[in-house]
Amino acid sequence: MNSYLEANARERLAAVLDAGSFYEFLPPALKIVSPHLAQLDAPVSFDDGVAIGQGRLFGETVFVAAQEGGFMGGAVGEVHGAKLTGLLLRAVRERPFAVVLLLESGGVRLHEANAGLIAVSEVMRALLEVRAAGIPVIVLVGGSNGCFGGMGIVARCANAIAMSEEGRLAMSGPEVIETANGVEEFDSRDRALVWRTTGGKHRYLLGDCQVLVADDGAAFRQAAFGLAQECHADAGGIGLTLAALEAEQQLLQDRIDSFGDATDPLDIWTRIGVADAAGLPMLEADAFVAATAKLRLGA
Amino acid sequence: MSMDWKTLAATLFPDGHTVVEQDDFLTGTAQLDGDAVTVIGTTGHAAIGVEIALLQAQAILATVRQHPQRSIVILIDTQGQRLRHRDEMLGINSYMAHLAKCIDLARRRRHKIVGLVYDQALSGGFITSGLMADGCYALPEATIRVMGLAAMARITKVPEARLTELAKSNPVFAPGAVNYLQMGGVEAIWQADLAQQLVQALHQSSPQDRRSAAGLQRGGRSLAWTVTQAVIDHAGPP
Repeated sequence: MNSYLEANARERLAAVLDAGSFYEFLPPALKIVSPHLAQLDAPVSFDDGVAIGQGRLFGETVFVAAQEGGFMGGAVGEVHGAKLTGLLLRAVRERPFAVVLLLESGGVRLHEANAGLIAVSEVMRALLEVRAAGIPVIVLVGGSNGCFGGMGIVARCANAIAMSEEGRLAMSGPEVIETANGVEEFDSRDRALVWRTTGGKHRYLLGDCQVLVADDGAAFRQAAFGLAQECHADAGGIGLTLAALEAEQQLLQDRIDSFGDATDPLDIWTRIGVADAAGLPMLEADAFVAATAKLRLGA
Repeated sequence: MSMDWKTLAATLFPDGHTVVEQDDFLTGTAQLDGDAVTVIGTTGHAAIGVEIALLQAQAILATVRQHPQRSIVILIDTQGQRLRHRDEMLGINSYMAHLAKCIDLARRRRHKIVGLVYDQALSGGFITSGLMADGCYALPEATIRVMGLAAMARITKVPEARLTELAKSNPVFAPGAVNYLQMGGVEAIWQADLAQQLVQALHQSSPQDRRSAAGLQRGGRSLAWTVTQAVIDHAGPP
């Protein structure tokens, strides 16, 4: 096992791609940094917190990006966002087998908030351009900062998501919700509640991620390839279609109707038929999938 | 003083409209320059929770299904995503992404889409509405932001006075429609003749995302376009 959680962005790329195949666009040697951080006396990074490029995945050419949680929590600024958008638009032109995004981000970088917000929307639109071109976009979520804010939305614009149970996928962070509406609304220090609410297992059960894997680079590598292959097997579904979005509308409406009155994810797990909901957080990924694959929603 | 939605709708659509409000969600059709257009939006500084995101998405899908190529106008007044445990438990990011995807599908099926910030636009409520339109516009009194300078000062540990000073020359920090205009996120600010401006905006709308080029041209966002192009032009592997 090679922990994905503890690896940095480039280590993750090395674990997911075929050995030695990563080739970086705009590498750190070019020192393309944020133009906004210095005047706020904040440190800059020579890659602005994201590595982008191309490589091979089981022999197929893929375009990849990996956000670096170690730099400002992977937050999206002007340059960071433009690197993602550029990668996606280049993919439309060069048509790789798939685009694989290794996301770890708190969302918009507050030091350059307006530019970050616009940048995230540019990433969303470019991602959907890639899908419209018939190229699948696969997202991997398993970093310690989770995938929050605008990047939580970007993730759900992709064709498919693979998560580890340690991965978290959501919109607003628990601290933000606690600050806005009080500890009784969401106790951000209740780690078990935070994981139940935003973690990979809950997202898998709701149908918001397609594959749940152990915290292992090789497992993410296998999942990324498998998901890309599945997309190609149903190539007409890679881009957005009216039928698929109508089905998603129904799925999301059913979710509100069925679980809108639940107060804890445990209630939801019990309602979908999990025999021992309280025991789910303790299960290893394989045992968890074996116990729940037939019960999960949206499958 | 910002405009209430009824006054706004009457001003935008002098030839008539059926827009109604329910629980801060706006929906209806309007007559514009001889054509019917779909109107959706929010009011009351709506917090965008799972329900209101889904209502907007439903109205867009119904338009795509029943009225091919009918233009869509999105009226925006939101305080951002709803900050509740329940919304996170239900996966609010999926609901917001769904809304964004519905807008994108409409664009690809040749619906023209114009967004108008008539009061407030924040964060998650904005990237899945106005910022997904072909073009987003604003009224002069509109507030657009991620957060205020006071909150930003607390988080970045930079004194608010310094941020205020820096904001005079850099549109990247401070709230305001003009800052978003300079950065290309807002296409134009409408001063008068709103109905005529809307007709013109729909005529000019393009499915191409030209915002980073606009940000460069207007001097508010110098690196977004440059870096995007540099990635595209970067030499491939040997």
